[in-house]
Amino acid sequence: MKILVCISNVPDTTSKINFTDGDTKFDTNGVQFVINPNDEFGLTRAMWFKEKQGATVHIATVGDASVEPTMRKALAIGADEGIRINAVPTDGFFVAEQLANVIKDGDYDLVIAGRESIDYNGGMVPGIVASLLGYNFINTCIGLEVDGDTATATREIDGGKEKVEATLPAVIGGQKGLVEESDLKIPNMRGIMMARKKALNVVEPVDATKATVDSKFEKPAPKGAVKLTDSVDELVSLLHNEAKVI
Amino acid sequence: MSILVYTESENGKYKKSAFEVASYAKTVADQMGTTATAISFNASEGESLGNYGVSKVLNVSGDQFNTFNAEAYAKTIAQAVEKEGATTVIVSSSANAKYLAPLLAAKLKAGYAPNVVEAPSSTTPLTVKRTAFSNKGFAHTEITTDKKIIGVSNNAFGINEIGGSASVEEFSAQIEDADFAVKSLEVDKVAGKVSIADADIVVSGGRGLKGPENWGMIEELAEVLGAATACSKPVSDMGWRPHGEHVGQTGKPVASNLYIAIGISGAIQHLAGVSASKTKVVINNDAEAPFFKAADYGIVGDAFEVVPQLVEKLKEFKAQNA
Ligand SMILES: Cc1cc2nc3c(=O)[nH]c(=O)nc-3n(C[C@H](O)[C@H](O)[C@H](O)COP(=O)(O)OP(=O)(O)OC[C@H]3O[C@@H](n4cnc5c(N)ncnc54)[C@H](O)[C@@H]3O)c2cc1C
Ligand SMILES: Nc1ncnc2c1ncn2[C@@H]1O[C@H](COP(=O)(O)O)[C@@H](O)[C@H]1O
Repeated sequence: MKILVCISNVPDTTSKINFTDGDTKFDTNGVQFVINPNDEFGLTRAMWFKEKQGATVHIATVGDASVEPTMRKALAIGADEGIRINAVPTDGFFVAEQLANVIKDGDYDLVIAGRESIDYNGGMVPGIVASLLGYNFINTCIGLEVDGDTATATREIDGGKEKVEATLPAVIGGQKGLVEESDLKIPNMRGIMMARKKALNVVEPVDATKATVDSKFEKPAPKGAVKLTDSVDELVSLLHNEAKVI
Repeated sequence: MSILVYTESENGKYKKSAFEVASYAKTVADQMGTTATAISFNASEGESLGNYGVSKVLNVSGDQFNTFNAEAYAKTIAQAVEKEGATTVIVSSSANAKYLAPLLAAKLKAGYAPNVVEAPSSTTPLTVKRTAFSNKGFAHTEITTDKKIIGVSNNAFGINEIGGSASVEEFSAQIEDADFAVKSLEVDKVAGKVSIADADIVVSGGRGLKGPENWGMIEELAEVLGAATACSKPVSDMGWRPHGEHVGQTGKPVASNLYIAIGISGAIQHLAGVSASKTKVVINNDAEAPFFKAADYGIVGDAFEVVPQLVEKLKEFKAQNA
């Protein structure tokens, strides 16, 4: 089985979000970048496929050279090889076309991506990739098994879960549950050393659709002070008369 | 030219989000000087969407659509777009809508802007304001393709009732068995429980509740309020509550009208996922808990005392206001 894990390089969850250049750009100053959490669960799941079912695991990221430390981390966790598509990812459609192009040539059985990137929250790349390639697509995946050319997955749906089945090749939109938080692999020294020698191939982007442009950013308006009370009577009255939510 | 809106239903009945996206579609249709057409699957009462400004409803019938299937639904909607000559498609932010929207985007070669919180600020180019960076910011996004998809964030736009009735047409698309290649084997929904995505009110518990055995009062509070229950990440990591209840940046987003956080400190990752909620109430025994800075109302106190009192008070309140 040949697996590609799509890794999006995102600001660490604790990052303060600021904008620069007249609010037209995300301010990366002082921001630590990490593997998108949803992708980290998928990467660890892929490692289990490697350990237990002898899978080969590649990773791919659309990004400029600044994403390489994050990719090296994924290699240190155990991916075999990396592909960097050398373009700044400003639009989900564009990113999906780049990935689809690499996947088409790579003959992957399984493509594991995340449900969404926690930066631009597009939640669209895996679905578009699948659709462009005509592969089956399973989103919000919280459990995944592969037997022969059949994937069985559990999905989170609003208000419950769904069990689905699909034949490979397939694209997965994954999240926590694919593996547990405590299962996440942290790179060890040996992994980090080995990652330095692993191939990280850089390919140039193909011409692709740019479907959206983020023209301006804005921070949420500052919040008014909290109203504290020590009486539940007053709280209920405030919720009813002032906030009008009950 | 028209606007096509995907209005979701369950067991034949429209969901609340259907009325919100219909209202949104009507606003966009007015801006563009056109009409809004809805598409739904196995829905009865299509006429009722007229109340939210929809002129026409295309209803797709068939047992094969009883269980949601992203590919089959997306393919059907794409054909409806074609038939109506629609330029813009409006969808909700439900898990199903977020599943099918990218498939539809690929089919239509359409730009897709998810998590949109306001009516478009401009129609040429079509520009929408959406949340980004997990609610820590907003992006103003221009969709530059011919066809466009807008995903409306839950509870952000609201419902506008304008009175009226829609005409209903049956619509059938060319769908093949292959479109059902992702086969649903089993759907497991807790009957009678409000889901976080659909809930107007969410009651959420954190590590401050000490253990799973103490969730009885949380469930009671949720029950009097008709609310969904949720939790912080460590609570689901420790297995006190099911994974599906974990909310926050890496869990489910919450955009309810009221969010009540009990024994939750208010870590940045938690706040990011719940800040789209309109009114936030915090109950925490530590006055310094960061969550108070992000809250509208708060009680500094022991959850084990405050919550039972609140349940009693709300029962009284309900009896009076019934
Ligand atoms: C990559 C990453 C992603 C993350 N994503 C998320 C996410 O999506 N969602 C999320 O929730 N977290 C997330 N976290 C975890 C987050 O950083 C916090 O650790 C977590 O939110 C804390 O949960 P808590 O508030 O329940 O627990 P704690 O931080 O332990 O807080 C417990 C609170 O309960 C209060 N308390 C104690 N006893 C009582 C009492 N008797 N009555 C009232 N109050 C009491 C305490 O004062 C305290 O404020 C993430 C972390 C990382 C690193
Ligand atoms: N620039 C990128 N490079 C590689 N994979 C990406 C990139 N952007 C998004 N993805 C993948 O697509 C998923 C969903 O991303 P998004 O559509 O941006 O929310 C992510 O979790 C990644 O798996």
